[in-house]
Amino acid sequence: MIRFENVGLRYGMGTEVLRDVSFFLQERSFQFLSGPSGTGKTTLLRLLFLSLKPTRGLITIFGKDRSRITREELPLIRRRIGIVFQDFRLLDHLTTYENVALPLRVRGREEASYRSDVVELLKWVGLGDRMHVFPPVLSGGEKQRAAIARALIEQPQILLADEPTGNVDPQLARRLLRLLIELNRLGTAVVIATHDIGLMEQVDARRMILSGGRLEIYD
Amino acid sequence: MIRSDAAREQATRLADKVGALKREAAMRKARRQNPIVPPDNVAGRAMVLVIAIMTFLSCLTLGAVTLVRDTATTWQTQIAREATIQIKPVEGLDMEEALASAQRIAAGYRGVRSASIVDRAATARLLEPWLGPGLNIDDLPVPRLVIITIDPAERPDFAAMREELAQAVPSATLDDHRTWVDRLVAMARSTVAIGIGVLALMLSATGLTVIFATRGAMVGNGHVIEVLHFVGAEAGLIAREFRRHFLLAGMRGAAAGGLTAIVVFVIFSWWSSRNVATPEGDQAAALFGNFSIGLSGYLGVGLIVVLIAILTAATSHITVIRYLRRIDI
Repeated sequence: MIRFENVGLRYGMGTEVLRDVSFFLQERSFQFLSGPSGTGKTTLLRLLFLSLKPTRGLITIFGKDRSRITREELPLIRRRIGIVFQDFRLLDHLTTYENVALPLRVRGREEASYRSDVVELLKWVGLGDRMHVFPPVLSGGEKQRAAIARALIEQPQILLADEPTGNVDPQLARRLLRLLIELNRLGTAVVIATHDIGLMEQVDARRMILSGGRLEIYD
Repeated sequence: MIRSDAAREQATRLADKVGALKREAAMRKARRQNPIVPPDNVAGRAMVLVIAIMTFLSCLTLGAVTLVRDTATTWQTQIAREATIQIKPVEGLDMEEALASAQRIAAGYRGVRSASIVDRAATARLLEPWLGPGLNIDDLPVPRLVIITIDPAERPDFAAMREELAQAVPSATLDDHRTWVDRLVAMARSTVAIGIGVLALMLSATGLTVIFATRGAMVGNGHVIEVLHFVGAEAGLIAREFRRHFLLAGMRGAAAGGLTAIVVFVIFSWWSSRNVATPEGDQAAALFGNFSIGLSGYLGVGLIVVLIAILTAATSHITVIRYLRRIDI
């Protein structure tokens, strides 16, 4: 589904943040992306999300060469990739329901055509009774679940989650992890960027460890 | 009894209907979605206020330039509408006959609407401020005048008239106010040119202020653009949403400024019409005409309002596109 071959990235004239990174993400796979802070986890996620271009190497996403994807094609490909940001990035002037429905709304779909899907998803992530409140009154865990729901509403082929448990207590972190595992069982590939070893130990999954800009994979 | 039962039943049905309508309205309200672009924050409100103030000042400048242009044109046409024949008293001249002759000659030309002799009493009144009342005009060698009213659209042949007058009444001189008119035309043109220069500066300042205020208001929306972009919204859609929002906001501010300027002009116009024949009113009327900016002035105000709204929308559009280019490196 997504292939990296000898990918390198540097910002401007600085040293390479990522060096010779090669891996293959299979459909329906589940993996953790880990490593100390500042080793390029978020940069790698941004490469996967197409918001950065590599300075060298080859990236193939859904069979397409990254370097040949035009600016106009980006939104169409991004709809197949769900992303959960570390800081949630919910829009405070929209309700939880509207935030989750946003990807469908910006595609010009009629609200009546997706209302039941959004409500169902919100119930699935445990926010059935919080759908008409605005993000500022949601707790950290609720915001995180709303962000996950927003990333899933278009039924993406892959979900990228940047430190999804970074702002929640261990109990809630376990609940969120169970949610992501269940999602994976339903057919979505999942990449979780985290430095929480405790979280990784709860699941027997592939580990991609970044260190000094290089990637090591433990299947 | 039966009638009261029927009435009660009807009232119940009506209450049910009202209840159903209320529920439907509440559901519709709940379904109404919030706009994708957030409502105005402090910077957005400040932008609307800045736009209103700058539009107001621009419209005032435009109105003032229109006023000056109209007044200058009125001055010109009023003075250019008259010419004067002056007959100096000389030895052996029958003044009354000379006046009648000059009047006849002038009236015979095309483009002369009327030629009237300023009679003795009127001449005495003209000299009264300098020579005092009770003046006997026959005691002094006072020149006499024939006032010619001319058609500004078809000016008479003054050269021929001057020649004919010189032959018939040698002591007569014809003054077509050319020197005055030329000076006034030059003054009016330079005044209007200065006004247009001031208006151009004002509009440039307004344009730049609107651009900076809009960009300031857009700064707070960076995260919204980013989120919309990351959830798969196309650049065109994001730009369109912001453009619409800022077009309306710009229109709101510009319309408020333009309307206030129109109100100021209407108040001045009303004040000047109420003060006709008072010393202050006459003074103001002499300088500025009747304070009315006319249809072209109002159309100009409308044009400024529309242009400022378009400028606001265009600035937000460009800001969105530039922001999106920066997100995807």
